[in-house]
Amino acid sequence: MSKMIKITYREALKQALREALQTDEKVFLMGEDVGRYGGAFAVSKGFLEEFGPDRIMDVPLSESGFTGAGIGAALGGMKPIVEVMTVNFSLLAMDQIINNASTLLHMSGGQVNVSVVIRMGCGIGSQLAAQHSHSWEPFYAHVPGLIVLSVGVHEDARGMVLTALKSPDPVILFEYTSMLNMEGEIPENSGEVDISKAKVRRSGNDISLITYGTGVYKCLEAAALLAEDGIDAEVLDLRVLRPMDEESILESISKTHRALVVEDAWRSVSISSEVSARIMEKGFFELDLPVERLCGVEVPMPYPKHLETAALPQPMDIADKVKKMLRS
Amino acid sequence: MQKKTVGKSKVSSKQGNKLLHQMMLIRRFEEKSAEAYTETKIRGFLHLYSGEEAVAVGVTQALGENDNVLSTYREHGHAIAKGLDPKTIMAEMYGKQEGCSKGRGGSMHLFDASKKFFGGSAIVGGHLPLAVGMALASKKQNLDNITCCFFGEGAGAEGEFHESMNLASLWKVPVLFVCENNLYAMGTAIRFTHSIQELEKRGDSYGIPSASVDGMDLLAVMDAVKKAVSTIKKTGGPYFLVCNTYRFRAHSMFDAELYREKSEVEEWKKKDPIPKFRDYLLNANLLSEKEVDAIEKSVEKEVDEAIDFAENGTWEDIRDLTKFVYSEKEAE
Ligand SMILES: Cc1ncc(C[n+]2csc(CCOP(=O)(O)OP(=O)(O)O)c2C)c(N)n1
Repeated sequence: MSKMIKITYREALKQALREALQTDEKVFLMGEDVGRYGGAFAVSKGFLEEFGPDRIMDVPLSESGFTGAGIGAALGGMKPIVEVMTVNFSLLAMDQIINNASTLLHMSGGQVNVSVVIRMGCGIGSQLAAQHSHSWEPFYAHVPGLIVLSVGVHEDARGMVLTALKSPDPVILFEYTSMLNMEGEIPENSGEVDISKAKVRRSGNDISLITYGTGVYKCLEAAALLAEDGIDAEVLDLRVLRPMDEESILESISKTHRALVVEDAWRSVSISSEVSARIMEKGFFELDLPVERLCGVEVPMPYPKHLETAALPQPMDIADKVKKMLRS
Repeated sequence: MQKKTVGKSKVSSKQGNKLLHQMMLIRRFEEKSAEAYTETKIRGFLHLYSGEEAVAVGVTQALGENDNVLSTYREHGHAIAKGLDPKTIMAEMYGKQEGCSKGRGGSMHLFDASKKFFGGSAIVGGHLPLAVGMALASKKQNLDNITCCFFGEGAGAEGEFHESMNLASLWKVPVLFVCENNLYAMGTAIRFTHSIQELEKRGDSYGIPSASVDGMDLLAVMDAVKKAVSTIKKTGGPYFLVCNTYRFRAHSMFDAELYREKSEVEEWKKKDPIPKFRDYLLNANLLSEKEVDAIEKSVEKEVDEAIDFAENGTWEDIRDLTKFVYSEKEAE
């Protein structure tokens, strides 16, 4: 076993990007303020000095333009990592991602690959109000042709981008700014990780908490609370939101026979809708209880803290919900 | 002090007093906001307007009550200049329900429809098409108001800027585009974001009359905007005004300012629009030292009252969380 080290989520992302830039000359990073500003969230701080402006490209505020150019650069044989400062602005780039990145392979009858990695910072929970608090994982997970990854733990922050760069198909990476300063433990020799499977983050027998992104640590916290009451919850981190790893979901519920799906995104037409539907289709007879969900309340995010907190599932809410489910 | 650096426009002593008051109020308001942020009373993103006061004040004084204003997340100055009550702005930033947007919007989303102030938009460039549409609505209804839209030079790289310029010109709608060129979009200097840095030249490609002006000089801005508004009134079509200015403070409260030299900031501070206009008024005998002191005291009091108002504001009931998602009005 390799030695464990303590590392922040930010540092893990940074090390992964650095490794990618160091090991492949074709890799370059493009995005708003990635260079001189040091990255909107200081993830690429120092990169401009280390790799130079050809490989760390500050781009103008032109999300559709530079994301499309990143897709084009991939067509042209480079290995671009496009950083969309935050997921909120990716709406301006969505046409390029969906009408070009996800379709070119198919429309060309399999002739052209779009090997591009598009990273987006998701920052919900810091009172940024309605235009800056989006959870667009469900939007992107809707689209065939994209690989949609959610970086819910430190190990994935250190590894996902490296594996994503080897993918022949476009990868969307959701990173979570609320976790940047959070410390976690990872093996010293961490690196590439699998990007096809969900992963059990805590094994348990009484109920499956199925989640992704910021939900992972929240569910682990809830599971710790539940353990005090003698409830043994399993936490399944979906990680890959498309194509979804149905097998791991079914495996987990065939052990626990109960499921609560947790996410920050709005409830309707969400990742949790999809998980719940798949369980209905293929795991119905394993269930002792109906599948339940805890999601973001369906309101544009209000600015005040107390309303924002009330709009998002909190660890206490998750624990309470589980207790209620198990009591029934 | 000589008058040679200031523009041609003459102001009356009353008007001069009012304009200086507004600029000083905005400056003090921003300083207090920064303090309140440090005390964690204000949260989220906070973008301060210090240094750019001559633009908001100079442009807005040429607008009427019925003229619409749309702005960015750096909009406290525009809101104050358009006549929003600093109390309700501060309460908004505290997230209190007495705020101008009921606390739902915060610093980046100030609204007051009664004052024709339509936000506070935090997606760069996103409000430009709205401004074109509001002007289109005025045209369709034969209203004689204009719509004024403030945005930064960073926004000028977005597709929406170019699309809006084209639409406004094509449809000939009365919109005043005001670009506040403060040289940086977050940490990226204009030379890294624009192929042509004399942004007013962009007007030519869309057939829109345009001009640029020293945005650190209130009188110059007033002159430029006077011409802009009279052109719009005459032609019914758009105008593009670039105000060259500088933000004295960081982009937002999260910014370490690695991208510019302190000396550059100091150089620009020498062009501070407030002392420049104050000295002009003093030298022209339009204002006395005593009156300047009185403005200072008044501004201090107004900002303290805004803080008090915000402190004493109330939190909205959590049970109302899902309010304002759909209208409570009946369909017509
Ligand atoms: C579409 C979009 N992209 C990125 C951002 C993040 N962002 C907020 S302000 C800003 C800089 C904008 O600069 P500029 O338009 O010059 O206005 P200034 O802030 O200087 O007033 C950036 C990159 C955003 N809010 N919206």
